[in-house]
Amino acid sequence: MEDSLIIAGTKIKSRFFLGTGKFASYEIMRSAIIASEAHVVTVALRRVDPRKKEDNILEFIPDGSILMANTSGARNCDEALRIARLSKALGCGNWVKIEIIPDSVYLLPDNSETIKATEILAKEGFVVMPYVNPDLADAKRLRDAGAASIMPLGAPIGTNKGLLTRELVRILIEEIDLPIIVDAGLGLPSHAAEAMELGSAAVLVNTAVAVSSDPVSMAEAFSLAVRAGRMSWLAGNSLKTDKANPSSPLTGFLGK
Amino acid sequence: MKIQVNGEVIDVQEGETLSGLLKRLGFDCNRAVVEHNRKIVNTPDLPKMILKEKDTLEIVSFVGGG
Repeated sequence: MEDSLIIAGTKIKSRFFLGTGKFASYEIMRSAIIASEAHVVTVALRRVDPRKKEDNILEFIPDGSILMANTSGARNCDEALRIARLSKALGCGNWVKIEIIPDSVYLLPDNSETIKATEILAKEGFVVMPYVNPDLADAKRLRDAGAASIMPLGAPIGTNKGLLTRELVRILIEEIDLPIIVDAGLGLPSHAAEAMELGSAAVLVNTAVAVSSDPVSMAEAFSLAVRAGRMSWLAGNSLKTDKANPSSPLTGFLGK
Repeated sequence: MKIQVNGEVIDVQEGETLSGLLKRLGFDCNRAVVEHNRKIVNTPDLPKMILKEKDTLEIVSFVGGG
């Protein structure tokens, strides 16, 4: 069955997006990307310290990957714009995940600053993927501002708590005609499968893969779960009812 | 004269170019991008830019991130 995810005219080969932070080494990160067949991978931008001789992460990202720079570190719209433009100047395309976080305890994003940044960057030709609290009115504003997808959080970044925002994400999937990509908080492949079974277009995972004891296997496990969840969605799941419904005939041959 | 590079105050010679400074400090211009007083500098322009007192530089590159 043809089931392509197309974002900004690009056919995305995998609905599993992988972040590149927190891996013990770039070699392990590379193996995890390859094992999971992730097509979209995120990177971040940081100040260079020439006293530390660090490897160039780009040399470890497989050819053909779509790089999506995130604006992590930005606390407001203005900082996100600077980071997005610097990322583009580094010559790795125009896909950007807007991540604006003024809160250092729960790392929750600032939706209103994100809407402002989305509008400006979309006009500049960026493919904008905003990371937001799942709120329907804000998602509509982001859509109208030119977002290419909406990336609601499942749970706070790095908590591995799963799809705590399930009902709000479900509403976005139902109401917003853009790919909804669950980002952050997914700690297990089963969480990713749950997000996909709900009808998410894709998921983005980083911490749960990178800090597991075998990141390469975990990346593949997530990828399989995403495929299973997607297949389940396409097969027409979500037939939940309150009353039981027998799967075997209850009438018949005994006692009659 | 003094300028700021990635938040750190450093001394530079009068007339020093941006590309000269980056080379002296050991930055690899092929994988970094430079913001000079909040404006992104195109790599071919680096040798043309003469540093001035109180200039602010941000020099960044990609790292792992989610």
